[in-house]
Amino acid sequence: MSEAIPQSPSRVRATAKWPGLTVLAVILLVLPFLAGNDYHYDLMIKIALTAGVAVGLNLLVGYAGQISLGHAAFYAAGAYGSALLVQQFELTPVPAMVLAAVGVAVLAWLVGKPILHLKGHYLSMATLGLGVIAAIVINNEDQLTGGPDGLPVAPLSLFGHELSVFGSYDLFGVAITGTQVWYGIAAGFLFLSVLFALNLIDSPLGRALRALHGSEIAAQVAGVDTGKFKLRVFVISAVYASLAGSLYGYYGGFITPNIASFTHSIELITIVVLGGMASTYGVILGTVILLLIPQFLTGFQELEMVLFGAILMVVMIFMPRGLVPTLARRFQKEAS
Amino acid sequence: MTALLSVDKLGKEFGGVHAVEDLSFQVEKGRIHSIIGPNGAGKTTLFNLITGLYQPSSGSVHLNGRSLAGHQPHELAPLGMCRTFQNLQICQNMTALENVMLGRHRHLKQGTFTSLFKLPALRRADQRCREECAELMEFVGCGQYIKHHASAMPYGALKRLEIARALAASPDILLLDEPAAGLNRTETDALRDVIRRIADKGITVVLVEHDMKLVMSISDQVLVLCYGRKLAEGTPEEIRANPDVIDAYLGNRHSREEATA
Repeated sequence: MSEAIPQSPSRVRATAKWPGLTVLAVILLVLPFLAGNDYHYDLMIKIALTAGVAVGLNLLVGYAGQISLGHAAFYAAGAYGSALLVQQFELTPVPAMVLAAVGVAVLAWLVGKPILHLKGHYLSMATLGLGVIAAIVINNEDQLTGGPDGLPVAPLSLFGHELSVFGSYDLFGVAITGTQVWYGIAAGFLFLSVLFALNLIDSPLGRALRALHGSEIAAQVAGVDTGKFKLRVFVISAVYASLAGSLYGYYGGFITPNIASFTHSIELITIVVLGGMASTYGVILGTVILLLIPQFLTGFQELEMVLFGAILMVVMIFMPRGLVPTLARRFQKEAS
Repeated sequence: MTALLSVDKLGKEFGGVHAVEDLSFQVEKGRIHSIIGPNGAGKTTLFNLITGLYQPSSGSVHLNGRSLAGHQPHELAPLGMCRTFQNLQICQNMTALENVMLGRHRHLKQGTFTSLFKLPALRRADQRCREECAELMEFVGCGQYIKHHASAMPYGALKRLEIARALAASPDILLLDEPAAGLNRTETDALRDVIRRIADKGITVVLVEHDMKLVMSISDQVLVLCYGRKLAEGTPEEIRANPDVIDAYLGNRHSREEATA
């Protein structure tokens, strides 16, 4: 296999990622015009941040076939970590967010290292434990974390301006509210999450990951050190969660131990399973659906967990591939 | 005469059952070396021992003079060894071409940040890999499936796809585990052609196969296994004339005579 290979016939081009990304960008840009009030913005920001986590978690669950039941711990670690770095060490918010992400990456690496060369569902068990421990630590270390009462978070500051959701700002002569700026940040975060995820999936690294799911033996024989690759994607997905968690803290200005709860981890897994494992755009839709449902169920909040369970079961039984891949396949069949 | 692969007094026990016992043989560079034997003779076990999926109970395997003892399966591709599987190991969640590109894994950069940002160098290398792998699919004769998803390919084509994936690693030695199983006569003839062309590239081929016509027509050397032991070794002509081999395959001479009497 030398360099003397004729220029590519067009049929072996890589799958283009730009059409999908353009559609996503257009939707993200149009949504603010449909938003009527701050409540809509609030919902969209939360959806975008959660979707970012789900896109990262999907790399682990959907592509590498590993299950984490403790991603809320990484999310909370990002939120509390960056809040505390600002509060205790007087770091500015953005470096604090990066530092928290590095810390979470190290944590994920330490948790994943001993278990990820084992076959089976050990990662689920370990992350389940991690999630429970994280929630206990946040609840009990009230000197530092505020315990069950929560922790106020300093607002994000950008270009020397403190960014408050209640403030109003001037963007190239156009007056915008703080909420709108936050929508821009959250939408940008989601867009970059998707861009990086798509890049990763279509790289040699991503191929190795997908191969792990397809046939671990085939991957090994091709020279893929499976344990090492699982560990890498686990760390990457944890960093996604950490960054989203930090942003969530800065946005809300207040965080509680709820974000580290087992329910939150299950919610994230449900999103991935519902939207479609191994479908980056699918999990965005999954997030939209799962975060909109409670809006119609106000007053039945205690039913949330039951609902997640029911959704997981129904999806697993009737469309194990998840919503988007199942529908895509059906349309393809009808077309052909 | 240099031995590329040398197996020395190799043994594997499964709870008292000797799947492979005291087995020694050498594979010379650039040859097609076939391993035959009745069902349960230990052929696939031998492959799994050589490729690190099993750890031997005794004995050793050397590739290019380096011991393979204690190597993980993923460490063998960099040493120049690749294999296919009797029961296919195809990633059904990927396209046909991506399956082949997986084979090229060890030749490609896969840094986390390079991948996340998809830097131009990585993109170019990946595109070159894509083209090379498309050529390999043509080479093994499944070029018409380049644009297909692996899950949409027929069995015979998947068998070739596995060979293409193994070749993508640019191995020195290629181990084929029953590549003709499940193929019809025409497909087997085409496969013979592919194996010959692989050998012509200078790649050493170790072939486990039940199809005698295929084995006898392309092998330089044939090793016959029976109950995990070496029964005979030699050129196809020698094997064909070996009375022990005929016994193993067709039963003992006495019982045969009794049956015909």
